[in-house]
Amino acid sequence: MLQRTDHLTKRYGIPDGHTLARYLADGGYEQARRSLSMTREALVNECKAANIRGRGGAGFPMGVKWSFMAQKVAPERPHYLVINADEGEPGTFKDRSMMEQDPHSTIEGCIIGCRAIGAHVAYIYVRDELHLAKERLWTAIHEAKAKGFLGAQPFGIEYPVEIYVHSGAGAYICGEETSLLNSLEGRRGEPRLKPPFPAQAGAFGMPTTVNNLESIATVPVMMRLGGENFSKISALHPKEGGSRLYGVSGHVNTPGIFECAVGLTLRELIYDLGGGVKGGELLAVIPGGSSTPILRATELVDAPGESHPLHAWHGQSVLDVPMGVETFRGLGTMLGTCCATVLSDQACPVRAMHNLMRFYRHESCGQCTPCREGSGWLERLLDKIVAGNGTLDDLNRLHEVANSIMGNTICAFGEGTAMPALGFLRKFRREFEEYVRTGGRSSSNRLALPPSPLVGASPALHPAAE
Amino acid sequence: MAFQLTTEREDQLAEIFARYPNKMAACLPVLHLAQEQHGWLSEEVMAWAATTVGVSTAHILGVATFYSLYRTHPAGKHHVWVCRTLSCALNGADRLIEHCEKRLGIQVGETTADGAVSLHTAECLASCGTAPMMQIDREYHENLTFEKVDVLLDRLRKP
Ligand SMILES: Cc1cc2nc3c(=O)[nH]c(=O)nc-3n(C[C@H](O)[C@H](O)[C@H](O)COP(=O)(O)O)c2cc1C
Ligand code: SF4
Ligand code: FES
Repeated sequence: MLQRTDHLTKRYGIPDGHTLARYLADGGYEQARRSLSMTREALVNECKAANIRGRGGAGFPMGVKWSFMAQKVAPERPHYLVINADEGEPGTFKDRSMMEQDPHSTIEGCIIGCRAIGAHVAYIYVRDELHLAKERLWTAIHEAKAKGFLGAQPFGIEYPVEIYVHSGAGAYICGEETSLLNSLEGRRGEPRLKPPFPAQAGAFGMPTTVNNLESIATVPVMMRLGGENFSKISALHPKEGGSRLYGVSGHVNTPGIFECAVGLTLRELIYDLGGGVKGGELLAVIPGGSSTPILRATELVDAPGESHPLHAWHGQSVLDVPMGVETFRGLGTMLGTCCATVLSDQACPVRAMHNLMRFYRHESCGQCTPCREGSGWLERLLDKIVAGNGTLDDLNRLHEVANSIMGNTICAFGEGTAMPALGFLRKFRREFEEYVRTGGRSSSNRLALPPSPLVGASPALHPAAE
Repeated sequence: MAFQLTTEREDQLAEIFARYPNKMAACLPVLHLAQEQHGWLSEEVMAWAATTVGVSTAHILGVATFYSLYRTHPAGKHHVWVCRTLSCALNGADRLIEHCEKRLGIQVGETTADGAVSLHTAECLASCGTAPMMQIDREYHENLTFEKVDVLLDRLRKP
């Protein structure tokens, strides 16, 4: 059942929602103050009870991640908290809304997070393009510092905390946590082999926790309500707790970011929040950023076995399954960032895949041959197919190339390319074959809707030289 | 002449170094600072950055060429990036890019003859809910129409 909440978005849309005054009026920084007198163990347990699943894409339990940090902090091995606000996953625009509209939640979350993992310094890694977001975060940091909430003695307590914003420089791969750490250290943003994991050797070789920006911004609210109460907001409690940000874009009438209890369905996201599909009927939806395999509107849940975690939804539309880390894994896709991209039946799936594979080719860091060459092959084969020169053999080759990337790379970018590629090919086999057979002449062969929102407002063109 | 920061930026530089446990970590912010002043990262700028951060020029070149927002060639005064990734493409990004090319009289990747504008495409800029969109210098422009784009582009070319 659709359950909108405003734990995270209370200050969204309010003109002064990003200011310290507004944040304090809502009881802001009380949890940071309280947390600095709590033990690390108590904070980690609170986070575990909240069942917050990481919101950057992989969905790892946040409290468990915090517990990986060494209990004793050796003076020569300081701990670091690093916040991932690289937000580059196509279709995803939630962290940006949080930074721009409510930066203080992130700053307060960082103070609590630092305490929980034994760190005194937090870096917020923001992609360079988000200038307003960076400015809002820096202002929030300076405001908090001026009030004595940060620095050598936050709230008068002997637990120094400093927070810095670190700007990226244009590279999707820097969202991958080890690439991000290299980038933070002043290097090329190339992912590192794991192990060692960041909790052992992260930023500057020191124990580090990397949390997504929405994950950390959720922490103050979680502390205010109490971990367990926060978890219970979710329809999937106790597996996944709380409320979170959902996004919807593409072919919907009212795209945007909406906060709901965890366990929203895609049907609710698309129709109740997204205002329904524009320009036709629903063809398919990419549930949580472009790396999560696409779901077709006509798909039904196939889970006849009683022990299957999705058995309760057997025979129902995939659009009616609550969006969760495990439920969506059961559907053969991923929850990802909870920002869905909607395709109406006026859009061509071959072109959609082409668009995304061009993205992955552009963004591969190039370290691993299967990823660097494979993403190039995928794009070139699709160039050929889209131009009307493809063969059925090329479709098989796409499969082969995607399969040869899987499991053969340093980082999950490889799977993030191959899985959605295989998803498109499997779900739209008929459309791909028809496209190849007719050279694209039988399909709509476009992505944008015919009555483009751009047209109508267009004045006569005139050459730039005039 | 060797590259030098303005006094105001010199102060920022000191503040940047204070954020990190070592100097190398200042690499990205230092390159941003230099590019902001010089417009692009010339050989002199990179040599300066290497000395300032205490790394080799090879390291600086490696970093400068890895990230798409560092420019190792001179470019226009203003930068227009049109997002071309899926959510924007579903909302007409391709036509928007064509429109910009015609309006500016250049192709993506080029700079207008007056040196005012460089046109680029961008990958998803985290603004998918307000597609189609473009970034001009530091600002986002969302829910674009041809009309809005014309006003924005023409403004960049006013002498
Ligand atoms: C190719 C790639 C890109 C990623 N991009 C992002 C990103 O933009 N933002 C993010 O928070 N996590 C991103 N991640 C996931 C991070 O590696 C990491 O799992 C996450 O930041 C951990 O935070 P969380 O546990 O709070 O989700 C990406 C992962 C991969 C493999
Ligand atoms: S999988 Fe791709 S992005 Fe990841 S390290 Fe290898 S080449 Fe780079
Ligand atoms: S696809 Fe254009 S901003 Fe995301």
